[in-house]
Amino acid sequence: MTEHLPVLPIVLTLIAAPVCLLLRHRLIAFTFALAVVWNAFALAVTLLWTVLDDGTLSYHLGGWAPPWGIEYRVDVLGAFVVALVSGIGAVVLTYAPKSVAREVPEEKHYLFYTAYLLCVTGLMGIAITGDLFNVFVFLEISSLSSYALISLGPQRRSLTAAFRYLVLGTIGATFILIAIGLLYMMTGTLNMADMAERLPQVAGKGRTILVAAGFLSVGICLKMALFPLHAWLPNAYAFAPSVVTAFLAATATKVSVYVLVRFIFTIFRRVETYSGSRLALALMVMSLVAIFVCSATAIYQRNIKRMLAWSSLAQIGYMVLGVSFLSVTGLTAGIVHLVNHAVTKGGLFLAMGCIALRLGSVELDDMRGLGRRMPLTMFLWVLGGLSLVGVPVTAGFISKWYLIGAALEKGWWPIAVMILISSLLALVYVWRVVEVAYFKSPKEGAEPLREAPLGMLVPTCLLIGAAIWFGLSTSLTADVARQAAEKLLGASGR
Amino acid sequence: MSDVLGLYNYWIVIFLMMTGFYIVISRGNLIKKVIGLNIFQTSVFLLFISMGKVKGGTAPILTGDAEVYSNPLPSVLILTAIVVGIATTGVALALIVRIRESYGTIEEDEIEEDRGP
Repeated sequence: MTEHLPVLPIVLTLIAAPVCLLLRHRLIAFTFALAVVWNAFALAVTLLWTVLDDGTLSYHLGGWAPPWGIEYRVDVLGAFVVALVSGIGAVVLTYAPKSVAREVPEEKHYLFYTAYLLCVTGLMGIAITGDLFNVFVFLEISSLSSYALISLGPQRRSLTAAFRYLVLGTIGATFILIAIGLLYMMTGTLNMADMAERLPQVAGKGRTILVAAGFLSVGICLKMALFPLHAWLPNAYAFAPSVVTAFLAATATKVSVYVLVRFIFTIFRRVETYSGSRLALALMVMSLVAIFVCSATAIYQRNIKRMLAWSSLAQIGYMVLGVSFLSVTGLTAGIVHLVNHAVTKGGLFLAMGCIALRLGSVELDDMRGLGRRMPLTMFLWVLGGLSLVGVPVTAGFISKWYLIGAALEKGWWPIAVMILISSLLALVYVWRVVEVAYFKSPKEGAEPLREAPLGMLVPTCLLIGAAIWFGLSTSLTADVARQAAEKLLGASGR
Repeated sequence: MSDVLGLYNYWIVIFLMMTGFYIVISRGNLIKKVIGLNIFQTSVFLLFISMGKVKGGTAPILTGDAEVYSNPLPSVLILTAIVVGIATTGVALALIVRIRESYGTIEEDEIEEDRGP
């Protein structure tokens, strides 16, 4: 049992998805999916503890030894991301039934839960596998299911949003496939660890490796929606069902950031493809532009779900900025922000789901006086918003603290100043909502609203609570992240 | 000159890739976009398959009389990638059917003009 631990979360959810399809009845399908995802979370947490105690685990699929067979290689970072994905997946699914009942036609519920399980499978698989082609396959599993999930949104514009995501997502995935092909052509292996060993021998021969790194960077940036390759994200998040938005915003783009980290620090660790070329610099410039342009755009959004989507784009910028420093502190900041933002934005979108359920709208104008009409939900929203800004005692503060520390460590104080200024932009867009919700009176004749049902409030509280908890205690986030970063960078001797 | 002719498979790949990419970007018809996407993906399949070919090598089947074999792995990978491509096309076409049902058109500019709920 324990020797199969690395593969169990994936196998469990992958097999459960078609079973869920056969169950058909919406309640049975939901209960089944819920049990599966919580079990996957339990397995993932066990996996994380095992890895923290015993070091990297290697699992040979079908008993075929690497580099010929497919290897599942779980290090601290991988296990951490798997635990994050399954944890968010479990909490969001617990929240789901009432919200899904309102936004998705009843005969499609079992399909919704099937696609959800597949999406969780794909995202966990990306983080766990040690094989390059496997990354592509899991990426497509998660992407295809997320296209289907987004298209289930209540408005018809969700269809065009899903189609747009499909086109851009496929181009991104194909770019990654091209890069994998070029890397295979040069090294003759698909195993990540093996490829890292072999790359230095071929790196000097021509420009193929650099071209591969270029294709890879563009492909991954499309997937994680780094400005200016972000065009698919705002509409996809704004028009998807609330549950899907919360899940994807908290996990999908974060896993793409993980892929970027994996490529830069595992596969390219022995060659100077990133550090020696302008690729890291390009990533840094793009992430800084993303932080400012997307934060500024968020200020002008009337639809609050879309506003949060633009804010997500800015936050992706912070993560990539941390990664692009190519230092232990920078990478730690990137990973910490990955987790902190996942719980914060997940919680915020869940709160938006509560508002959508009771208010029937996510437009700013309709939210007037909401602070009095749904006090608890709005209170949770404000706490999440404060974490977005990076106010002390919230998770966002810890991320920015590390990020600024990393910038100062390199002596790049202008970047530290820019991070501080960009936080003010976040304050502006969060304040707009607070002002409307607390300082404007509701429209006349507005009916009194009830709070969302307990089944939705508790998961929202959990995620927002986590965002506060991670601001108070960093033992689960920053310490693990530092361990992961040191492991990734330590191997390269930089 | 031998660089141009000797690497002709890559020229075909690049030509197909750019053709597909151009169709995806320039056409407003959603079906044509999907076709462009397919051409784009196919070019990558060709890239993989042609890189596995070894000059003078045969199919890697143990018959006893062949000495040089082509690398079968890229072909196997592409088998998977083709399945992924078909799944993507399937999802895309299903989406187009539903877009057509709710908008009554599959032209991008007409969908943009139709700003209903």
